[in-house]
Amino acid sequence: MLAIDVQDLTKTYRVYRKREGLRASIAGLFRRTYNEVHAVAGVSFQIEQGEMVAFLGPNGAGKTTTLKLLSGLIYPTSGSATVLGYVPWQRENAYRRRFSLVMGQKNQLWWDLPAQESFRLHKEIYRIETEAFRRRLDELTDLLEVRKLIGQPVRELSLGERMRMELIAALLHSPEVLLLDEPTIGLDVVSQRKVQEFLKYYQAQRKITVILTSHYMKDVEALCRRAIIINEGEIKHDGSLAQIVDRFSTHKIIALQFADPVIPADLDRFGTVFDVEAPRAKLRVPRNRIPEILTALLSRYAMEDVSVHDRPLEEVIAEMFTSVREPIPSANGSAAPTGDQLLTTND
Amino acid sequence: MLATFRTYSLIFRTSIEERLTYRGDFAFATLMRFLPIVTQVILWRAIYRFDQSDAVGELNGYSYPDMVAYYLLAMLGRAFSSMPGLSSGIAREVRDGSVKKYLTQPIDMLGYLFCARAAHKAVYYLVAVAPFALVFYLCRGYFEIQPDARIATAFALSLVMAFLIGFLLEALIGLIAFWFLEVSSLIFIYMMLNYFLSGHMLPIDWLPAPLDTLVMYLPFTYLAYVPAAILLGKIGPHQFNETLAAGGLWIVVLLIANRVAYARGVRRYGAFGG
Repeated sequence: MLAIDVQDLTKTYRVYRKREGLRASIAGLFRRTYNEVHAVAGVSFQIEQGEMVAFLGPNGAGKTTTLKLLSGLIYPTSGSATVLGYVPWQRENAYRRRFSLVMGQKNQLWWDLPAQESFRLHKEIYRIETEAFRRRLDELTDLLEVRKLIGQPVRELSLGERMRMELIAALLHSPEVLLLDEPTIGLDVVSQRKVQEFLKYYQAQRKITVILTSHYMKDVEALCRRAIIINEGEIKHDGSLAQIVDRFSTHKIIALQFADPVIPADLDRFGTVFDVEAPRAKLRVPRNRIPEILTALLSRYAMEDVSVHDRPLEEVIAEMFTSVREPIPSANGSAAPTGDQLLTTND
Repeated sequence: MLATFRTYSLIFRTSIEERLTYRGDFAFATLMRFLPIVTQVILWRAIYRFDQSDAVGELNGYSYPDMVAYYLLAMLGRAFSSMPGLSSGIAREVRDGSVKKYLTQPIDMLGYLFCARAAHKAVYYLVAVAPFALVFYLCRGYFEIQPDARIATAFALSLVMAFLIGFLLEALIGLIAFWFLEVSSLIFIYMMLNYFLSGHMLPIDWLPAPLDTLVMYLPFTYLAYVPAAILLGKIGPHQFNETLAAGGLWIVVLLIANRVAYARGVRRYGAFGG
């Protein structure tokens, strides 16, 4: 069953464009020029119930705007969306009881009071049965290992502890859809991993639908199989994470370990040499030339070890975003790769 | 219905708890607000040249004791109607995006703010009741009034109205932040108008005609002048129904204005700040 259905969603902001300098500031008092910013431009996608999907994209790509539209914070300029059958920006209470939005940089807990006071308030706001409330609170505080901290004023908690409290507050009413915007931003590695593990476990248990935006590729790789890549308000790719590498990475890495302690001087004939640490070296090679280059390398040099790797997801995506101007093979929401001979699908 | 009541009463109680966190600072701020009362009474004493050979008997129908009584009662009215930080708080929440909690949770923003404000006021009265009682006790000689049940009821109702109108006016100014983001100068203008038009600075009936009648039709008079005038007999029992009905009408009008501003404001809202 579809949990989220988005068709041609567009959000255009009108922003005041101020030119540099005092003179322009004064002119701006009388006459302002506005620019239109297409934060989200005709985005369409569907998400099944129980799916966990990542939104990837650089800052300002339109990820957060999309989440804001889905949580009913803002009205779209055009297009439609339904979440659990509701139109989010109508903000019906029935809908608001069934989803949660967590923003890593915003908190909704009462700053000066212990988190348990905020939880109690959530119990009333979301009309949670006392029994269910106790059970869920127990479970969540155990899973996130913050049971002892819920009586402490929120302002005294560390960022990681606070984020975990935010997650508890967001999950107490057992939402069916969870929208997470940068849930691990600013957290240390340990807290990050805790939050990741928790989300993974919780989602698997409850089969809730999750959309996650994150800059930490580790989050995404740990949690999501499907990723929607957004840039400049448009969807550039919608499919499995594995496909991203296949689809957009034009190169692979060959890691070499030579039998001789000296790296051959003519190695750069085969590709870009990097990470040289004799007798080891790495070669960046176009994917379609891998068999040919491997054969050449093995026949020419004495090798201890050879292995072929995909480039890290992070690197591939970073490259995608820095070369946005180049046309990217079309990926309009379909998971099926288009007829590019280079592509192989490994899932 | 019952569940809604439980929700809002818990917001009320939680707000009280929060308010009590910084109890030292709060008690200090509350007590400091009594200082201007003393200076104002001394000022009026000088204006009336009280206890001096050339003392002024009456100004615009107010003797010196009347004036002190009026001022103290106007301050009592303001204890109900002033809403420190309400407009600027709403504006800040709109600007930094924390307003999202009212939009994504099944809760009404105005209802929420109203409960929180009622809680703040309740805590304020708890701290302020003793100094207020002391001031009124020390100034008891200035009060010549013997309020009957009718006057007392009208007075109590006018204080409730002072609270409601004060809340709705400031909430409305705060909601303008959906359009302009920065409303601090607007708040400043409101404060100035409020100071003159509520009767905080001078009794409204001191204003020259026809200004006094005009001002009486504005909602500001309910913030300070009306409660004091009712208790001092400046608004007589025959005018109670009219005065209170007009106040009620203002409450309805302001409530609708708030609802409309909120609904429109949210449509415009850009959800700034990540």
